[in-house]
Amino acid sequence: MTTDILSTPAPARGKSIRSRERKALLYGLLFTLPATLGFILFTAGPMIASFILSLTDYNVFKSRTNFIGFDHYAVLLSGKDELFTKSLGVTFYYVVLKVPVTILISFAIALLLNMNVKGRSIFRTIIYLPNIVPAVATSIIWMWLLNPDLGLVNTALSWLHLPTGQWLYAEGSVIPSVVITTLWGIGGTVVIFLAGLSGIPDQYYEAIEVDGGGWRHKLLHITIPMISPTLFFNTVMTLIGSFQVFSEAYILTQGGPNNASLFYLFYLWRTAFRDTEMGYASALAWIMFAIILVFTLLVFRTAKSWVYYEGDERS
Amino acid sequence: MRDSTLKLSVGYAFLVAISALFLIPLVWMVRSALMDLSQIFVMPPIWIPHPFKWDNFTRALTTLPFDKFFVNTAVIVVLGVVGTVVSSTIAAFGFSRIQWKGRNLVFGILLSSMMLPGAVTLIPTFLGWKSLGFYDTYVPLVLPAYFGGGIFNVFLLRQFYMTIPRDFDEAAVVDGAGFFQIYYRIILPLSRSAVIVVSLFTFLGAWNDFFGPLIYLKSSEKFTLALGLQMFQGSYTSQWDLLMAASAAVVLPCVVVFLIGQKYFLEGITLTGLKG
Repeated sequence: MTTDILSTPAPARGKSIRSRERKALLYGLLFTLPATLGFILFTAGPMIASFILSLTDYNVFKSRTNFIGFDHYAVLLSGKDELFTKSLGVTFYYVVLKVPVTILISFAIALLLNMNVKGRSIFRTIIYLPNIVPAVATSIIWMWLLNPDLGLVNTALSWLHLPTGQWLYAEGSVIPSVVITTLWGIGGTVVIFLAGLSGIPDQYYEAIEVDGGGWRHKLLHITIPMISPTLFFNTVMTLIGSFQVFSEAYILTQGGPNNASLFYLFYLWRTAFRDTEMGYASALAWIMFAIILVFTLLVFRTAKSWVYYEGDERS
Repeated sequence: MRDSTLKLSVGYAFLVAISALFLIPLVWMVRSALMDLSQIFVMPPIWIPHPFKWDNFTRALTTLPFDKFFVNTAVIVVLGVVGTVVSSTIAAFGFSRIQWKGRNLVFGILLSSMMLPGAVTLIPTFLGWKSLGFYDTYVPLVLPAYFGGGIFNVFLLRQFYMTIPRDFDEAAVVDGAGFFQIYYRIILPLSRSAVIVVSLFTFLGAWNDFFGPLIYLKSSEKFTLALGLQMFQGSYTSQWDLLMAASAAVVLPCVVVFLIGQKYFLEGITLTGLKG
């Protein structure tokens, strides 16, 4: 064999390492092939196709499809599509309300759960439970609870002599009402916070106690810095999720009243599947992608200044 | 950390109040599902039905073919869970236990798709399935699970696999085992709990999925429970007893699965959340 010519000990060892490396590469690619194919077929490919589609006037019911360049984007950015502007405003309002409220409340609940109280695991189970209820069922339950005439919420409020509301049925209150229904499913975020909290070593708190610091010092100087990676993770995930709210709009409000809950993804779905304007809807999708990307990058950028990673094992 | 008694009791009171708030909607659903329509709206509210109207369930579940929806959902869920488990464990193995050139780069690229809003790929994916003749079938809802099983699951399993000592693999290599044997005989049995976590998340995701079936299914005899429930809600808007009975029936399997697998759920969330 030709390899015999090179059979001095050192290169031979190099050779076997190289063949082992080659074997590892082969198997590595083989094991990850379905996932890579899936990425190409269901993510990368459709992404490119979606962009190309957004440059055409493709409509399922039109026989001819024309390439129209960036016309859709020009229309969207000029603000001529009032529903687009409206849905953007609605979605921003929702995100701005939902993200901080979700993060604050779930962090507070996690802090409570992290105390050494009896029956902790029962509380944790109860608070997580609504998170697994299907969105359709959640929506149906809350539609009734928030019903202005027959709902439990208004009944309870009037019983307490507090002002009642129109909730999902008034333009001014529909978005906060949707936020309330989604807060019911906050348990997932709570449990992630809880996992982060339980990872903080007790000694850190004890050190503060030795120095005579109270709970405020513990929270500001230990808990918040130590939890900041989890805080960061939860913020990014809630942010990305909130931009894409759909089921709630579809079932709870159908975008109403008077388009006051015309969430972006709902508008996109309507454009693509009811009006079958798939080219235009693809442009809508890309604008949404760009917005989410910008926001996520912004959070990532600020992360450097407030997210604290212990040591440098950041892998 | 030791907390003072005062602080503990205040915290306790808060926890009881919050838990009550979280439970009320579920309790309300169950009590209304078992109640006569004449009692449902009585003020102040009645919390315990009298008599228990069990036939609300039979009435609600037979007005629409919920038995069929149940079977349809079960088929999608089982096929989805199998595909996800097989496919994501294999991928996670390739991304954690085999050292190959470009591994982290490829994984990073795949991972970036987690940030991608589904809306961007939605329309071409839909058109693709449609042109292949798979509109109004379960193929678009199930087949993708066999291609990677979702990068989130791969990520979760990979995190778990990286905690398994490498000595195990090396010992197996000395015994002449190949990569596939290491995957099948060592890593898979050792990662039982992580596999359960992935199965549970996939089960719930598929059971609760609304958007997928809404877009891909047209004939009502192919509907899933989530779609069926939504259809029910559309046609029986004011029949709150039946609506609540149908909702409770759809929610119940999730609650049972969650309560049985609770330990694994919490483990799984811990596994993903700890590393930002």
